[in-house]
Amino acid sequence: MPCVGDWLNSPLSIVQGIFAQNVPNSDWEKKVTEYFKEKLKENNATNWVPSLNDVPVHYLKPNSLVKFRCMVQDMFDPEFYMGVYETVDPNTNARVLHFGKYRDVAECGPQQEIDLNSSQTVTSERQTFYCVPVPGESAWVKEISFLTEPVQARVSPSTSYTPSRHKRSYEEDEDMDLHPSKQKEQHTGKSCCSGGDIHGCVEPKRLETEASAGHHVISPNCSPPLDLNFPLPGEKGPACLVKVYESWETFKVNDVLEVFGVLSVDPVLSIVNSEERDSSSLDPMECMDTAEEQRVHSPPASLVPRIHVILAQKLQHINPLLPACLNEEESKTCKFVSNFMSELSPVRAELLGFLTHALLGDSLAAEYLILHLISTVYARRDVLPLGKFTVNLSGCPRSSAFTEHLYRLIQQLVPASYHLRMSIESMNHSRFIPRKDYTANRLVSGLLQLASNTSLVIDETQLEQGQLDTAGVHNVTALGNLITWQKVDYDFNYHRMEFPCNINVLITSEGRSLLPSDCQVHLQPQIIPPNMEEYMSSLLTAVLPSVLNKFRIYLSLLRLLDYSISEEVTKAVEEDFVEMRKNNPESVTADDLHKMLLVARFLSLSVGQTTLSRERWLRAKQLEALRKARLQQQQCVNGNEL
Amino acid sequence: MSSPASTPSRRRGKRGRGSNPPTPQDARSPPSQKRRTDDSTSTGDLQPMPTSPPADVQSPGAADALFSSPPQFRHSAIPLDFDISSPLTYGTPSSRVEGTPRSGVRGTPVRQRPDLGSVRKARQVDLHSDGLAEDIVATEQSLGQKLVIWGTDVNVASCKEKFQRFLQRFIDPLDKEDEDIGLDLNEPRYMQRLQEINVVGEPFLNVNCDHLRSFDENLYRQLICYPQEVIPTFDMAANEIFFDRYPDSILEHQIQVRPYNALKTRNMRNLNPEDIDQLITISGMVIRSSQLIPEMQEAFFRCQVCAFTTRVEIDRGRIAEPSVCKNCNTTHSMALIHNRSMFSDKQMIKLQESPEDMPAGQTPHTVALFAHNDLVDKVQPGDRINVTGIYRAVPIRVNPRVSSVKSVYKTHIDVIHYRKTDSKRLHGVDEETEQKRFTEERVEMLKELSKKADIYERLALALAPSIYEHEDIKKGILLQLFGGSRKDFTHTGRGNFRAEINILLCGDPGTSKSQLLQYVYNLVPRGQYTSGKGSSAVGLTAYVMKDPETRQLVLQTGALVLSDNGICCIDEFDKMNESTRSVLHEVMEQQTLSIAKAGIICQLNARTSILAAANPIESQWNPKKTTIENIQLPHTLLSRFDLIFLMLDPRDEAYDRRLARHLVSLYYQSEEQMEEEYMDMAVLRDYIAYARSYVNPRLGEEAGQALIEAYVDMRKIGSGRGMVSAYPRQLESLIRLAEAHAKVRFSEKVETIDVEEAKRLHREALKQSATDPKTGIVDISILTTGMSATARKRKEELAQALRKLIQSKGKAPSLKYQQLLDDLRAQSDTAVTKEMFEEALRALADEDFLTVTGKTVRLL
Repeated sequence: MPCVGDWLNSPLSIVQGIFAQNVPNSDWEKKVTEYFKEKLKENNATNWVPSLNDVPVHYLKPNSLVKFRCMVQDMFDPEFYMGVYETVDPNTNARVLHFGKYRDVAECGPQQEIDLNSSQTVTSERQTFYCVPVPGESAWVKEISFLTEPVQARVSPSTSYTPSRHKRSYEEDEDMDLHPSKQKEQHTGKSCCSGGDIHGCVEPKRLETEASAGHHVISPNCSPPLDLNFPLPGEKGPACLVKVYESWETFKVNDVLEVFGVLSVDPVLSIVNSEERDSSSLDPMECMDTAEEQRVHSPPASLVPRIHVILAQKLQHINPLLPACLNEEESKTCKFVSNFMSELSPVRAELLGFLTHALLGDSLAAEYLILHLISTVYARRDVLPLGKFTVNLSGCPRSSAFTEHLYRLIQQLVPASYHLRMSIESMNHSRFIPRKDYTANRLVSGLLQLASNTSLVIDETQLEQGQLDTAGVHNVTALGNLITWQKVDYDFNYHRMEFPCNINVLITSEGRSLLPSDCQVHLQPQIIPPNMEEYMSSLLTAVLPSVLNKFRIYLSLLRLLDYSISEEVTKAVEEDFVEMRKNNPESVTADDLHKMLLVARFLSLSVGQTTLSRERWLRAKQLEALRKARLQQQQCVNGNEL
Repeated sequence: MSSPASTPSRRRGKRGRGSNPPTPQDARSPPSQKRRTDDSTSTGDLQPMPTSPPADVQSPGAADALFSSPPQFRHSAIPLDFDISSPLTYGTPSSRVEGTPRSGVRGTPVRQRPDLGSVRKARQVDLHSDGLAEDIVATEQSLGQKLVIWGTDVNVASCKEKFQRFLQRFIDPLDKEDEDIGLDLNEPRYMQRLQEINVVGEPFLNVNCDHLRSFDENLYRQLICYPQEVIPTFDMAANEIFFDRYPDSILEHQIQVRPYNALKTRNMRNLNPEDIDQLITISGMVIRSSQLIPEMQEAFFRCQVCAFTTRVEIDRGRIAEPSVCKNCNTTHSMALIHNRSMFSDKQMIKLQESPEDMPAGQTPHTVALFAHNDLVDKVQPGDRINVTGIYRAVPIRVNPRVSSVKSVYKTHIDVIHYRKTDSKRLHGVDEETEQKRFTEERVEMLKELSKKADIYERLALALAPSIYEHEDIKKGILLQLFGGSRKDFTHTGRGNFRAEINILLCGDPGTSKSQLLQYVYNLVPRGQYTSGKGSSAVGLTAYVMKDPETRQLVLQTGALVLSDNGICCIDEFDKMNESTRSVLHEVMEQQTLSIAKAGIICQLNARTSILAAANPIESQWNPKKTTIENIQLPHTLLSRFDLIFLMLDPRDEAYDRRLARHLVSLYYQSEEQMEEEYMDMAVLRDYIAYARSYVNPRLGEEAGQALIEAYVDMRKIGSGRGMVSAYPRQLESLIRLAEAHAKVRFSEKVETIDVEEAKRLHREALKQSATDPKTGIVDISILTTGMSATARKRKEELAQALRKLIQSKGKAPSLKYQQLLDDLRAQSDTAVTKEMFEEALRALADEDFLTVTGKTVRLL
């Protein structure tokens, strides 16, 4: 029986073992996945696996088991590879069978040759996904997910770190000059853990290499730095080519996955690669792909490592404070949920208080902000997305960087977010819609390629008058479509393709936003702090980390709850609606009913109720009435001013 | 031949002609293990060349030099010293001797087919275990009929014979294809094709695999599984027949058979390792095509020392440079002579799967195609094509320095036949060939559905279930989706009759008009969605653009042309500017678009239905005004809509109650529950697609009568009050609606019930949109002339009253404007506004009764 270290450090040898035992029949593949599934089920075993999100690639041992939390950014074409192949020793004519699964390179001994015409060869198919870390992932998610791996510290130095040093020296000696990406890798490596200072011990070493890399002028055969294709500008972290071996049809673009697999950073990959590039002009077979495509589809392994997936699962959420899978009937998760639900109301009250302060004392706006933060598209009725709740927070003070600080607070609460500062400049010049680049044959990412439940905070207060050009108009239209239909039309040059999404959009503006929204809340600040920055940061420091964590759990958990409306309440709502229409048919339309039902839904959920009660319905109506009254009042004020 | 894919280009034809190496076509070992198990003679493709190292190192260098100078080569397309009387490609030297001399064949050069095997091995003649097609040809007489091509179950002789029988006998009078212009369907189809080849001189024979399958199932299977071996046999067979029949015919090269429409794999996503080396047909869109690549087929070497020349054939993509001169035994003296080497054209094309085939939420797959010789430059990026070819997987080349190999294969398709699928959009034959394929079960299911009595209601209900009620509107849109039958009256000078139904929705904002439009746009395959605010005339129609690279003028089509045979959804129709709207006049009646721009004058088909939505001018619908007044659209445009619906917010308690219930249910029902209740969107889509392509109802006798009656009735309504309430346009609308309704029932005949429903729907729409708010009477002239008949009558009366008033004033030559108005007001029993008064004055002025100058009215 192999011990822990084995399946972690050299999973391929385990696979080899299983393969050798079962070789004549093809169910060895099933046995492999079963073996690893069992292993990972053991107590906290998943935490033992080093994560690419936290540990820089060059500290990980090649061909060891790693995990990676990522979003599928693009899907490449399926690959045919040698599933099983045979090697021959020309001297002794001895034949050995090997497996090609979980490998990039078909290995054979120095004295052996691969027999490509062997009858034993099995050609199989696998799919490659280009994955990036979840865009806009908050710093706290990275920190906590690293901290929840207590064994990491013990395991890492002995296993993954030391051998990788060895590998580094090999690379440094051999092909430091050949590796233009080296420099880049350092950057990537550093940024990986910018979230926390956990890597204090290794920091000096890295600084040192970076310093030397600083005057590392572009080497002769250096190509322009590879665009790693992150959706958001300024994103960092390892991009990865994830090779999936089974049921790849179930994954979609923009899905968030957690994969466990064999890390492959074999320098041979890069060599093979560069060889190909050299010879591409010579060999007609190789010029099938353009150089650009080559670069994108097989980037240097040190920059974009490969993971050969043994197990992959879609994540419902990326909040590390919650158990990864909630719908499982496990006693542990049930207990966790019920525990939390029991203390829900104090948490809600505290959160409301916190947000009220953040919104300068406006409790109504805080109430709506909570509803917004737990909203999620739970179904689509033909084209209509249900459950989206875009809030337009109008009346934001323009001068005092209020929106900036508000975003920082939200960032502390949600697992993934992005702050989009609207300006003529940014509208005209940034790329919102992902676009297919046919020369490189890849999907060039855009701002709006975001994972589900990402908070997109759009700041309209900085927008000045000016001329939008074509790109700008397209971008604004795309934002509008995103808000109304929760879909983004990706640009495939010859046609457009619709990708449904589920993004929470919060718009902060002075007046009514130019973008559509489900509900406009006019902010009525009670206090204007003289120093906004001080005020906001004091707010954040005043909250205990444990409380902050509770807020985070609260917001992520409530999103995942089910909801229903009883027959009785349906009747009551009906009555109510008819009544309202009777009095004043102009004031209440079907749209308003939609809104009220939405508010009622999230209001019920926000206090942990999964069915609508009469009181909640009344409260929802009351909230809506308050909000409307405020808007009317605002309109009057504006009217007077004119 | 009329297929676009088979038109050879002269230029390339000449260049490719030279290559006719008399070597056998051979099957390369597939990477998969499934056939041709190894014997010791075949070495791995990936292994280093068996030749000596220097050759290996030098040959890439030579090839490099070669590729750097293609232009030079292009101009020097010297006819090489090939042997005019060379035998069939497939003949080995032995077969040349033994084979029966065929007089016709002799005169026509053979062109090599790189599409069948771009990488060929050196000949390995081992008659018994490693037999090649040609060797079998050579020896079949002696060995009888039992020999098959190594690794397959193909017997060349019987295969050839079967195919010849197929060519000579295949008749399918029922089959119709757009290529078949001028073919007699009761004669053997492919013999006529051969005759065509004789006349036209394009030596390509396109063979529909479907025909082959219905003729000989086994032969079809062999073709699919072993195309590399079977197609040359087909070539041989076709050539024999051809030159038997037309011995004097002169062709550029021998006929090549191009099978198409193989049923093996239709979807790119389904390609898997099983398909390697098989004949497949997939559809997709060209996204990129490479420059032309001259691929060396045969290298010509000359010894620098003794000028001895030798030829070396390409072997697995490489030329092995002879290291030693055979004549003078000098080492490394052989030099490559470019312009005596032979090349063939090659092009790399990237094909992306068509958007329809893609599962939601995934990015499209791509596959590389290699086109050879004539097929180079036949397709452009953006074209939708069906490709038939052989699927290949090639191992990635070994790196000599590393013992390990990348364990991945590169895949591509060697193209044998292209078929463009969207060329018809611009040329307008009919869309027969573009029909979606339905499985038999699906058709059965759809037919079963169509038999249900309430299918019409059921479908209407399935349409946009999230939008509440508005049943008649949904029914209208449903009929629009089905469309009428297309009629051609060109010979009587009336041109095509419009079959498409246009619908306008107007009404209060927030009544889910946009949502309906979005739904329809998502439902139909050729839907386009534009907003009136954002689209210009150019965006709707087409524009001419100069391609920055080629400096070529390109016609870029807009939304209307793109939605040909589909539906163009136009939101905010009222916000569209005047010039844009005027474009629609032509589209909505003639179904064409005329363009005269930058030297390009053309008429494009835009057989699109228009589904438009308009908001009232005053943001809220004013029930006191007519439709025209509410939406301020020219009546010329309005009369082109078959149905105009008002989507108003009804003020009705029962309605409110139902609406509330419906909305509440939206907020807790799970997705599965919803699906149970309504028909699936996919079923609806298939149902419509099936009806559109297979059902073409004609008017029955009774239905005709019913239509006449309906029309007469409509005219009668108005005639009682001296106004016209129906025009021929309305009759046409009725016919279209009735036809569409018959289509819903999958009925080939329009019956009375269809007419009844058409009448009802038409009346319903009229009731909503053409009711005169002042009288409450339905009045079609509101839509056709922009003014109701009663309004016109009232205007008339007022003018008469004014004339009387003035006449009663006696002989005064001029009158004060204000005074006259006051007098008229005093006299009239209804309120007279200033506008009405002015209109009356204008009417009288037109009659030359008076003139108005400033504030005075002068009598004439």
